[in-house]
Amino acid sequence: MSANVQRIPQQFPDTADPRVPARSSDPRGKVGPVAVGHSVRPASSGVSKVGLSDICLSYRTQSGERLLALDHINLQVRAGEFLCIVGPSGCGKSTLLHLVAGLHQQTSGQVLVDGRPVEGPGTDRILIFQEHGLFPWLTVAENVEFGMKMKGIPKAERQEKTRHYLRLVHLGKFEKSYIHQLSGGMRQRVAIARALAAEPDVMLMDEPFAALDAQTRDLLHDELEKIWSETGRTIIFVTHNVREAIRLGDRVVLLTFRPGRVKSEFPVSLPRPRHLEDPAVAGAAREILDELREEINRSLEAEYEQGTKPHIKTGNEGRAQL
Amino acid sequence: MKRVARFVVFYAALFGLWTLLAELKIWPPYLFPTPWGVAESLYAGFQDHTYWIAIRVSMQRVLIGYGISVVLGMILGLGVASNKFLEETMGGLLVSLQSLPSICWWPLALLWFGLNQNAILFVVIMGSLLSVTLAMEDGRKQMPKIFGQAGRNLGAKGFKLFWYVLLPASLPFIVSGLKQGWAFAWRSLITAEMLYLSLGLGQVLMMGRDLNDMSAVIAVMLLIIALGYIVDGVVFKGMERRLQNKWGLAPVS
Repeated sequence: MSANVQRIPQQFPDTADPRVPARSSDPRGKVGPVAVGHSVRPASSGVSKVGLSDICLSYRTQSGERLLALDHINLQVRAGEFLCIVGPSGCGKSTLLHLVAGLHQQTSGQVLVDGRPVEGPGTDRILIFQEHGLFPWLTVAENVEFGMKMKGIPKAERQEKTRHYLRLVHLGKFEKSYIHQLSGGMRQRVAIARALAAEPDVMLMDEPFAALDAQTRDLLHDELEKIWSETGRTIIFVTHNVREAIRLGDRVVLLTFRPGRVKSEFPVSLPRPRHLEDPAVAGAAREILDELREEINRSLEAEYEQGTKPHIKTGNEGRAQL
Repeated sequence: MKRVARFVVFYAALFGLWTLLAELKIWPPYLFPTPWGVAESLYAGFQDHTYWIAIRVSMQRVLIGYGISVVLGMILGLGVASNKFLEETMGGLLVSLQSLPSICWWPLALLWFGLNQNAILFVVIMGSLLSVTLAMEDGRKQMPKIFGQAGRNLGAKGFKLFWYVLLPASLPFIVSGLKQGWAFAWRSLITAEMLYLSLGLGQVLMMGRDLNDMSAVIAVMLLIIALGYIVDGVVFKGMERRLQNKWGLAPVS
């Protein structure tokens, strides 16, 4: 598959990224000329930015039995691709992101980024959490600066970039606010700015908009899509909302309920920008939804068998899809 | 306004009661001094610099002792919280040691360090170290895991992770333990100072006893209370207020 690779979609038009030259020496592909301000995205080529091969993850439960959470996951994510992963809760989709982020270790198999195995966290892969991932003891600007500060980037440069990224998410006026003073939508925009400021190649988003109201979420979908097309980052986006996945993704991957396996993949070829209410989006969602519903039913059965009440979140998931 | 009024009424009543009891002369004045007797002692003590020196010496000691406790306690607490073996073995020991009044270490401290400042510091540290350690251990466990993950994800590791993420993230959970540690340090210090010629407030208090001067004793007691109260009000209340502003926690009533 990597034999016929000719080009990688050009990225980082907004910053001089130190990793770009490094990548051009990558034996698997040549980087073309920098296409600054490219508004039409080049079609994603076949290079895999992130490769998961035969990922298995099992852990011991408190009662001592081994539970298989992820079962031979194979996935290739192209550079610049917007990949969405959907599945019922308990399918291990968040765990999968943590593996790519290097925050957890798989039991067997390999996570490759740019062909190199992941060993621990790295700022080329930044994870955006569902909520509460921001640091409440820091101001908005200090949060955005944090990754750069850890890298030892000089203060003046940090502040300049921080302003740039805060403007990008329309929070230029909130530099000095503390996190608890912001609304949920604003917080997630800070999280996006903080992730972008670390200048990762890959952004990992773990149900980032699940806790937001519908209007705010719509707005953030637009903003995220715009940022993605302007910066050309690779995004792996985990959600339980199928429509959201179709709205945003180039491709949607459906995972099965425990153990998590790749059940099916759906390329999404609908023209962008899409809208959640588009009949075409709804139509595409229905197809995935039918398959997802089987998994949700399995997850519900499993919960009843365990004698536990189905928790509210699962009930919501069944509803939230339509 | 109403709060101030209640405050004034309460203390005026307390003062009145004291004056009344002293004026009734049920007990001789050297056993039960009048308020102005105490005021005179205070004035005289500051006038001849005894109290200034005593305050400086005591504050210096408590700052050094407490400072060491905080640093050591944080390291110990983090260690115990993040290591299962330490938690199972040392965790119980720490809790049981806390029931030991720190002054019980005094005889050992005398033998180990001799009759000097280090013996006092040792007692102060033993008094406050455990509170800080237990608070840090607890704080580390209560602190949401997500902060550590986010920090590592953004490239923080080792000391940077501790200093920029774990420490500030656990601060709301350890501030009450730090406060308790301070109170224990202050008490241990005064107790230790009372046992030995040491220039500190504790010694000045004992000097009042030796001279049978109860107004001097009460004057020093007032000083000890005032200093403890000021540190609590300025340092710890200030810290709590800052944390509330940043984290948006509900104000502690």
